[in-house]
Amino acid sequence: MRVDTQLDAITTIFTEFYYWVTIPLMFLIHVGFCMYEVGASRRRNHMHTLMKNSMIIPLVTVTFFFFGWWIYWALPNGPFITGGIEWEAAAANAANSVNMGTNLDDRITGVFWAAFLLFSWTAASIVSGAVIERINSGAFWVLAVVIGSGAWIIDAAWGWHPQGWMVRILGYHDAYASGVIHAIAGGFALGVLLVLGPRLGKFGADGSIRNILPHNPWMVAVGLFIIYTGFWGFYVACNIPLISPEGIGGQITGTTWTATTIYLTPTSLSAITFNFLMSLSGGMMVAFMVSKGDAFWTYSGGLAGIICASAGNDLYHPIQAMLVGCCGAFIAYKMHFWVERTFKIDDAVGAVAVHGYAGFAGLIIAGFLLWGHPSSPYEGFATINPVGQLLGAIIMFGVLGFLPGYLVAKALHAFGLLRIPREIEIMGLDFQDMTLQREAEEEVRHAKHQLV
Amino acid sequence: MSTTGITTWAVDLAEVGPIYPFQGTEGLLWIVGLLVWFGWHVWSIRWEKEYQRDKIARYGDHETLRRSLDIH
Repeated sequence: MRVDTQLDAITTIFTEFYYWVTIPLMFLIHVGFCMYEVGASRRRNHMHTLMKNSMIIPLVTVTFFFFGWWIYWALPNGPFITGGIEWEAAAANAANSVNMGTNLDDRITGVFWAAFLLFSWTAASIVSGAVIERINSGAFWVLAVVIGSGAWIIDAAWGWHPQGWMVRILGYHDAYASGVIHAIAGGFALGVLLVLGPRLGKFGADGSIRNILPHNPWMVAVGLFIIYTGFWGFYVACNIPLISPEGIGGQITGTTWTATTIYLTPTSLSAITFNFLMSLSGGMMVAFMVSKGDAFWTYSGGLAGIICASAGNDLYHPIQAMLVGCCGAFIAYKMHFWVERTFKIDDAVGAVAVHGYAGFAGLIIAGFLLWGHPSSPYEGFATINPVGQLLGAIIMFGVLGFLPGYLVAKALHAFGLLRIPREIEIMGLDFQDMTLQREAEEEVRHAKHQLV
Repeated sequence: MSTTGITTWAVDLAEVGPIYPFQGTEGLLWIVGLLVWFGWHVWSIRWEKEYQRDKIARYGDHETLRRSLDIH
């Protein structure tokens, strides 16, 4: 990227700093996920639950550097749907490219890569909450890499890239990732849960459901609050902050610069600020109502509200965003308990519902509300439409989410790697650590007694 | 046809204003939004009253009230 003129320099440094700011903000999403997962787990499983999620950070980071980022640039055409592998663009973003290091001729790749990487952590972290207290950490970490540096970034190449084949052929529109992060992670979690099975004691022999309560509702609530905070970074990172019509290189005429979505379609930071807050509010109001004031579901409903509106939050009117948010919370809450009752699926934190079902529904709603709006500034792309959005939702939730989750979990299960032994689940994953801690405390207490 | 009024991006952005869907329905949306907000207050006041009535019916006897002082 050239910085020959003052304007180029200011634009480049502004863009570099803009993306950089989103990264520590999005870090908070991971902090929030860890807090609410640990808060939702029982005391005897805390440390393993924390480490299971925390190790997403290094494992997805290194794999995303090694090959995840390359996938995004290589596969927008499928391949072989609208073209072949984009070797040249991908080579510039491969782990051995000169752009993937300190390079005064490229000041953007590092921060852009990291913004995408933080999305990868989020995708894996969503799955992490659903499977707590009975999955082997080693198996989960394999699954985390599959979704974080594999499935999600393939879906991003297909449906979250200015030249993605889903955008071109289906008119797929998903500006703030209802599908490309949330529906896929929800679908993936559902596939894993189907193979993994419920926590011991979750369902009675007669099929009755037992409520395994969070050990610390405060921690869960604060965790979800922190996720809200980090979500601001996620939204801002989905935009390109400032670009000229010439920089876009599409059909836009004139000289007016604009912020755009990842598809390079015009929007503004102001629009998404309105819509983030209004969809959050709609979600919280309805979730409080349907859950009769349950704190966990009210906070989760706020998330479901944002997630449901995210596909079209670059364009909605704020009151439309609020109403879509209301729908998202309602769908997530009702679907969670219906699936739990009907299929005996134990989703410990409601991740499949909040992310998967709300994201899926949000894509379809956007198809109707934004019908006919151009999905791209380039010529020859389909416009946004309900059928394209429905097919997109199926691809995200089912093809790239549920299927890989189910198949990889099946393979891990076949090798006896997926689920912790029954004895460990009964005594708790932290049993040995807690025993050693008690012994150490006893030893110190005994030593003190000898001093007085 | 497009719900946003934009059918192509072959336009000069200097000449483009609102791009949200169904422009012209802002007044109606405002009324719907107000109804949702107001309805929520009505529901929450009713629900809370009912919730408290139910709790008193279940636990409001003299003995439980005395014991509650020692529990929480």
